[in-house]
Amino acid sequence: MNDPGFGVYVHWPFCAAKCPYCDFNSHVRHQPVDQPRFVQAFERELATMRERTGPRTVSSIFIGGGTPSLMLPGTVEAVLAAVARNWDVPDGIEITLEANPSSVEAGRFRGYRAAGVNRVSLGVQALNDADLRFLGRLHDVEQSLHAIGLAREIFPRLSFDLIYARPGQTPDAWAAELEQAISHAADHLSLYQLTIEEGTRFHALYAAKKFQIPDADHAADLYTVTQEVTAARGLPAYEISNHAQPGAESRHNLIYWRYGEYVGVGPGAHGRFMENGRRIVTFTEKNPENWLDLVESRGHGVIGGEVLTREEEADEFLLMGLRLTEGIDLARYEQLSGRSLSGRRIAILQEEGLVSPIGNSRLRATQQGMIVLDALVADLAR
Amino acid sequence: MTTPISHIRNFSIVAHIDHGKSTLADRLIQMTGALDAREMAGKEQVLDNMDIERERGITIKAQTVRLNYTAKNGEDYILNLIDTPGHVDFAYEVSRSLAACEGSLLVVDASQGVEAQTLANVYQAIDNNHEIVVVLNKIDLPAAEPERVKEQIEEVIGLDASDAVMISAKTGIGIEDVLEAIVARLPAPRVGDATKPLKAMLVDSWYDAYLGVIVLVRVIDGVLKKGQTIRMMGTGARYPVERTGFFTPKMIQADEIGPGEFGFITASIKEVADTRVGDTITEDRKPTAEALPGFKPAQPVVFCGLFPVDAADFEDLRAAVGKLRLNDASFSYEMETSAALGFGFRCGFLGLLHLEIIQERLEREFDLDLIATAPSVVYRMNLLDGTQKELHNPADMPDVMKITSIEEPWIRATILTPDEYLGSILKLCQDRRGVQVDLSYVGKRAMLVYDLPLNEVVFDFYDRLKSISKGYASFDYHLTDYKEGDLVKMSILVNDEPVDALSMLVHRMAAEKRGRTMCEKLKELIPQHMFKIPIQAAIGGRIIARETISALRKDVTAKCYGGDVTRKRKLLEKQKEGKKRMRQFGKVDIPQEAFIQALKMGDN
Repeated sequence: MNDPGFGVYVHWPFCAAKCPYCDFNSHVRHQPVDQPRFVQAFERELATMRERTGPRTVSSIFIGGGTPSLMLPGTVEAVLAAVARNWDVPDGIEITLEANPSSVEAGRFRGYRAAGVNRVSLGVQALNDADLRFLGRLHDVEQSLHAIGLAREIFPRLSFDLIYARPGQTPDAWAAELEQAISHAADHLSLYQLTIEEGTRFHALYAAKKFQIPDADHAADLYTVTQEVTAARGLPAYEISNHAQPGAESRHNLIYWRYGEYVGVGPGAHGRFMENGRRIVTFTEKNPENWLDLVESRGHGVIGGEVLTREEEADEFLLMGLRLTEGIDLARYEQLSGRSLSGRRIAILQEEGLVSPIGNSRLRATQQGMIVLDALVADLAR
Repeated sequence: MTTPISHIRNFSIVAHIDHGKSTLADRLIQMTGALDAREMAGKEQVLDNMDIERERGITIKAQTVRLNYTAKNGEDYILNLIDTPGHVDFAYEVSRSLAACEGSLLVVDASQGVEAQTLANVYQAIDNNHEIVVVLNKIDLPAAEPERVKEQIEEVIGLDASDAVMISAKTGIGIEDVLEAIVARLPAPRVGDATKPLKAMLVDSWYDAYLGVIVLVRVIDGVLKKGQTIRMMGTGARYPVERTGFFTPKMIQADEIGPGEFGFITASIKEVADTRVGDTITEDRKPTAEALPGFKPAQPVVFCGLFPVDAADFEDLRAAVGKLRLNDASFSYEMETSAALGFGFRCGFLGLLHLEIIQERLEREFDLDLIATAPSVVYRMNLLDGTQKELHNPADMPDVMKITSIEEPWIRATILTPDEYLGSILKLCQDRRGVQVDLSYVGKRAMLVYDLPLNEVVFDFYDRLKSISKGYASFDYHLTDYKEGDLVKMSILVNDEPVDALSMLVHRMAAEKRGRTMCEKLKELIPQHMFKIPIQAAIGGRIIARETISALRKDVTAKCYGGDVTRKRKLLEKQKEGKKRMRQFGKVDIPQEAFIQALKMGDN
């Protein structure tokens, strides 16, 4: 496998409203956000990171959130320019920005494009209004379709997200919704099963039995349907929840799953990169205002991190890499952990149809294995 | 100067758990000034040294306390209190302690009355020709019914309770009356001549990290002195005596121990196993002509395998069992290899409580994680070739074709219970193949005597009895004899592979039910895997029960990007930790708790 690459992640921590399922680092502010101040802070933190990583060639930039489509085009432009001042940014690398259909304006989209964004990831989430309301989204289906159309017109590449395994969703209804989504012809789809995360509004509602989500059997069926429909329509899974036309995979997310290096800037961003020959972890202050203060006073908002041990690196490599249809490079696992995966465990899992070798050098989870990947990884990593 | 024999009293306290033996002992110690208030402060049950003893309110090792008491007649007396283990598992230790003294205090809770355990111990005291002073404790409780309990004692035990001493060990009422009764009503040692050759009984011994083996002795004749060379008459071993002294309960060194007295010696003895309880100690140069009637060594009656959860801890386990054995000669062990569990030890115990205590001490004092296999009794296999083989481990069972018959140990159990639980307890005993010997009433309480196969008791009989009777029934037993039984070996197969550690001998009639319960339990205890797992119980090649653990249907994190890796890794580390506490059988991981929990059968 080629070098998995070096990515830059920028976190924009604000949303117009907090979605009830979301446990990401997002904050709602009723005062306008002082974007120039944030630009300066991003610039400073990027420069600090550059001191740590040294000169590198960037293979992808991702602006996520929160809702980055609340950023002014000028803000995006300044951030991308700052990245390019610090590292080598070749022409044509993937530059993604996440957007919400509720905050889309044609003018702003053109501005992002002009700033260098060449891929948009839209939070469509559902293609029926009732479910959108349940998910706490601020847009309806019509707005989503408008945003999809606009994005396709303006950006070379487009992905959108859907959340499935919603309360009461049948495999048939989901298959139909998915067919419709594919007909709007993005080259990339992220299809996530709804999960109830701690600290979210859904968590409290679910605990109070205000709604139910599909049980494991039903959820597994929905997953299987998803694989079938997307494969038939030319968007096979390349990761647990991600589907693309061959060649249209997210370069940025592949860096994560192939266990490459990335720096993370902005509130609550994580990074993992080599420093003095060891892989280190960084994470920054989550509260936006506190992060600003930290960056302004000392040049960065990093409040924690660790130097990973070989075993930790190997564990992370395994749990990220097996999410990919391409699987993992066994030699790299050995190189990281200093030991090879148990041949006996692999043989057992293979016999049960959960993993499959690719030639002599790679191992991947089968579709059946993907559905129980957390258990599978725990079994292999012991 | 040794004390004249006429001014020595050696006594033990017989009581049921919770009837106040330790509290009374504390009071006697306090009243005679053996420990001052500061030394007593914050301590309860000062005689129970081990954490486990104190936590469980039981005594494992015998101990003595020498009390100086000036009686109302103005004379000074030495009162030696011998604290004996109260539990049936340690009946042997009780017997030797009782044999070494002349009288007992029978302590009965005035609100509870006589319990099964009281009976067993008091009969032993009577067998040892003890004078017995009846003490009614907790008379200050509103629920106390001293008159009724006195009647009960006379009726059930046949002791005159008219002059019972009424006390409250907790508040201190009547403690002096107890001391006076000891002096006036218990006999002085019956023999004892300081001029005769030394003759002393080895009552108990234990290992002390600083002093080596400490031997508790009762001198019959002669004087035991520091510097003497002693000889153990049973083993022939000779040792120069290094230290002599008394427990007050503090260890106080003294130059000699006179006839009739209890004391301790140290003599660079390496292991407790070198000292045989009941052995006669004499002076090497001037030995006594005849030894005391010997005691037989304790025989383990319950066996189980102990294995380290992490195979790498085997050497630690070996060192730990060796250390425990130093201090407890009744615990035996030999190496065992299990296909399922790897290297471990087959251990023998005096009973289930003994097993639990040893297991707990290994885990607590030596920081070991252990898997214990099904407790098993000692079966006798009569083989076609006319020989008899003792079986300590179901995994070692000879080929059925070579066995003519199997004998199993039986016990006689005495159960005392409030009437309302009688029906359920009768059913429990019946279900466990019990044969009723007697059913009578002691006041409002029923007294049941049952003969039961020990193999039916080692599982969870006691737990069941306690839960059926909401804790009110009391239980005691002693081994009687071996009887032939229609026993079969039941194997448990997990994913078609036999798990040797779960195999057991069961009565043919009970096999199917036990097999079904076992499979159901394992189904709950073994986590779902990525594939389905059949669990079967089998006798020979015949499957008698079956359950299936369905495959895990979905277990995957939908969303996982850069920042989620740390959280996921931490989760994975926990899962890996969890896997370490499991054992692999073929493709299946079985948690260690499963081995313990699966054996708690239940009787529903």
